Amino acid sequence: MAQRKALNVNGRTVTVTVDDLDMPLLYVLRDNLALHGPRFGCGLGQCGACTVHIDGRAVRSCVTSLSQVAEQQKIVTLEGLGSPQRPHPVQKAFIEMQAAQCGYCINGMIMESAALLTVNKKPTDAEIRKALANNLCRCGTHVRIVAAVRRAAASA
Amino acid sequence: MNSIPSRRDLLKGGGALVVGFPLIPGRTLAQRAAATKPVAPTEVDSFLAIDARGEVTLYSGKVDIGTGLATAFRQVVAEELDVAFPKIGLVQGDTALTPDQGKTWGSLSIQVAGIQIRNAAATARAALLDEAAKRLDVKRENLKVADGVISSGAKRITYAQVIGGKNFSLKLDSAKPATPKDFKDHTVVGKSVPRVDIPDKMTGRFTYMQDFRLSGMLHGRVVRPPAIGAALETVDESSINDVAGVVKVVREGNFLGVVAESEWAAIKAAQRLKCTWSKWEGLPEQARLYEHVRATKVEKDEVTSNVGDTASAMAVDGVRKIAATYDFAIQTHGSIGPSCAVAMFKDGQLTSWSASQSTHDLRKQLAEMFTLPLEQVRCIYLEGSGCYGRNGHEDAASDAALLAKAVGKPVRVQWSRADEHGWDPKGPPTLVDLHASMDTNGTVTGWESEFLIPQQTAGSFMVPLTAATLAGLPAKPDIAPGNIFNNASIPYKFANIKTVCRRLEATPFRPSWIRSPGRMQNTYANECFMDELAAAANADPIEFRMKYLDPSDKRGLEVLTRLKTLAKWETRPSPQPPGGSVAKGRGMSYVKYELVRTYVAAVADVEIDSSSGLIHVTRIAMTHDCGQIINPDGVRNQIEGNILQAISRTLIEELKFDRSMVTSLDWASYPILTFLDIPEIEVDLINHPEAPPWGAGEPATAVIPSAISNAVFDATGVRLRSIPYTPDKVKAALRGGA
Repeated sequence: MAQRKALNVNGRTVTVTVDDLDMPLLYVLRDNLALHGPRFGCGLGQCGACTVHIDGRAVRSCVTSLSQVAEQQKIVTLEGLGSPQRPHPVQKAFIEMQAAQCGYCINGMIMESAALLTVNKKPTDAEIRKALANNLCRCGTHVRIVAAVRRAAASA
Repeated sequence: MNSIPSRRDLLKGGGALVVGFPLIPGRTLAQRAAATKPVAPTEVDSFLAIDARGEVTLYSGKVDIGTGLATAFRQVVAEELDVAFPKIGLVQGDTALTPDQGKTWGSLSIQVAGIQIRNAAATARAALLDEAAKRLDVKRENLKVADGVISSGAKRITYAQVIGGKNFSLKLDSAKPATPKDFKDHTVVGKSVPRVDIPDKMTGRFTYMQDFRLSGMLHGRVVRPPAIGAALETVDESSINDVAGVVKVVREGNFLGVVAESEWAAIKAAQRLKCTWSKWEGLPEQARLYEHVRATKVEKDEVTSNVGDTASAMAVDGVRKIAATYDFAIQTHGSIGPSCAVAMFKDGQLTSWSASQSTHDLRKQLAEMFTLPLEQVRCIYLEGSGCYGRNGHEDAASDAALLAKAVGKPVRVQWSRADEHGWDPKGPPTLVDLHASMDTNGTVTGWESEFLIPQQTAGSFMVPLTAATLAGLPAKPDIAPGNIFNNASIPYKFANIKTVCRRLEATPFRPSWIRSPGRMQNTYANECFMDELAAAANADPIEFRMKYLDPSDKRGLEVLTRLKTLAKWETRPSPQPPGGSVAKGRGMSYVKYELVRTYVAAVADVEIDSSSGLIHVTRIAMTHDCGQIINPDGVRNQIEGNILQAISRTLIEELKFDRSMVTSLDWASYPILTFLDIPEIEVDLINHPEAPPWGAGEPATAVIPSAISNAVFDATGVRLRSIPYTPDKVKAALRGGA
């Protein structure tokens, strides 16, 4: 049964038509809105590749159903955080530190770190690691990722 | 929405590739445009094109799988042609446009493909200069090139003016390659040029395979058997009547899939579709895996080294005999993004988009599967999640093709997490028996090893496609774990050596290669056993190795000498005297990759909590010589990744299964290293710009398990011989060996 649902994504109100409000937010963002930032990794909330911000908090969009998101809540994806021309400080630091290999997990790393820095402006390395403990990277980019978050914190 | 230009579009002059006015006289534009772009690795045009604006396009058969190759290859071309780096474009892994340079594997992309590309660019440059000398009427040796502008005094001509829009029509002579630039003149190669893909990846602008969409495309999902060899019995299509948007249930043999208008509908339909399968319990009991390996029929013995007479050496009266058996678990690639592919059948032509590291081989496999002439299959690479070997990308391509054929529309297949963990091919279990003899002076007199590893189908590395196998469509029954015999031989000059790979008829799971395949497992056993011998001789582990290295192998000796400095190595035998409840130790390892290339040595510092059994790697110090370095930061990034992934594989990773199926189907049941367990990493990169460039994508992995194992011995006096070193195994070993 087709239903319409209004969402606030990256500062714009959009209306999507879906068959099922139980559908995870991830598929709306990727399939209906053609966003590339949030990534499908596990669909189980285990890896963090799908992370977006909802009202500034890092949320796993693969296990957040559309029905759980209210119209006025502000959803921000990696695209909404910044652009190659005007990157967010965390994105800028990741680029400067070359903190990626395949880069598939990095959406989650940046979104999680950006959310951390809004509540803890000068985290210790241990706090950064703890904040990212549920974000998986298979390429082994961890050392650079921590260094990039540290750099972003220092630049703010 | 993305669109990939057809070959015809490209030939018409769109994009970077412009084929037209040939240098060969007598051929017209029309004749040339009707032809196809060359892809034979013997032609310059297969690799390079320069358009009317002077922009260069490189066509590469090897692909960037997240390793930075797209940047490094551009550096090689920019350097050799003297064209500004941003003017170099790249088309990779498209069977219609790029040469077949072999699979992107084995840490060979820079070493082999990079050299081919350098040769093509050097050949092109020489031809451009010859032509420019004629047109400018100056001597060739008086010409200079700067950013694609050839000049001699006030006379100048650009690459675009010489060749723009035309073919080179030049052969590449691999026996007599063009002379590349002197390394002393390098300004781009050897620099840490930032990666071209990273800004887009960091901001959500990059198009991964998983992001690729075609208009009119449908979404497919596979429904895999609950047991690997189960047969499909019944399917109740009415069970998904309530899922809106389902287009078709596709059943062919034991292949089952659903196609729907939306991705979520496909997911729901695949989850809800009721079907029954036969029982199958053909896997060995996991608890007795290595008994199973030992009982597997040996297909043939491959002697990888045979020096002197080990049997006689071992039989000498009074020699000390040392023996050990090491094993290494079955592991999975564990890509963070499960495999994904899009396929389209149109006018009898199959076009497949995937993140295959080997599109030219995938093309052959898909042609075979659908009984199509090779020319009617085109495979196009799009970067996916890192694969670290042959994961499920090709299988997803076979799924998508089967579903696309069934519905007559383009279909995208995205594997689930359980599909990836359950159905990607696995790194096979490895069992190694080692024996050595030592005289009363502590000199090793004999070394014997036997590696129980699956066979590799001769001359073919085609891991059978899952969809072809399940559907009963044509597929070669290859067993393809890769060249896992490598690194069975050792770099040490003992008087008597015999190393044998006992190639087994079969292995429990469909095998393939995972980063440093065989080399990691074999080096693990060799370097741990070497450490056992050093301890038996009461010798320092580095000194002991240096004593047996070929004294003329200066680069090998240098990585060890520099490792001592880097790691602040204290010269002494292992183990060290017992400490407190948290034992600390250091261990080292060394490899000359495949005995012919990249040298790596590492020291691991570890802490072992005897009450929890947890091993924490606190630091890895590594010296690394891969010859000429194209991009130092790129190499460092690869080395860091190798180290962390290898720590994960050493301490944590083991595929779990019951008699029917893999039971490690998510990240909870197949955990990997997290941010909480990341060591400090120190790398000493040894650059040899005068030497050939060697691989850096794998070799660092090979030394990590043994360095950790040897550190545990140094800390505790207990030798761990079974990967992974889980807390239960550690506690049991400490209880038994303390």
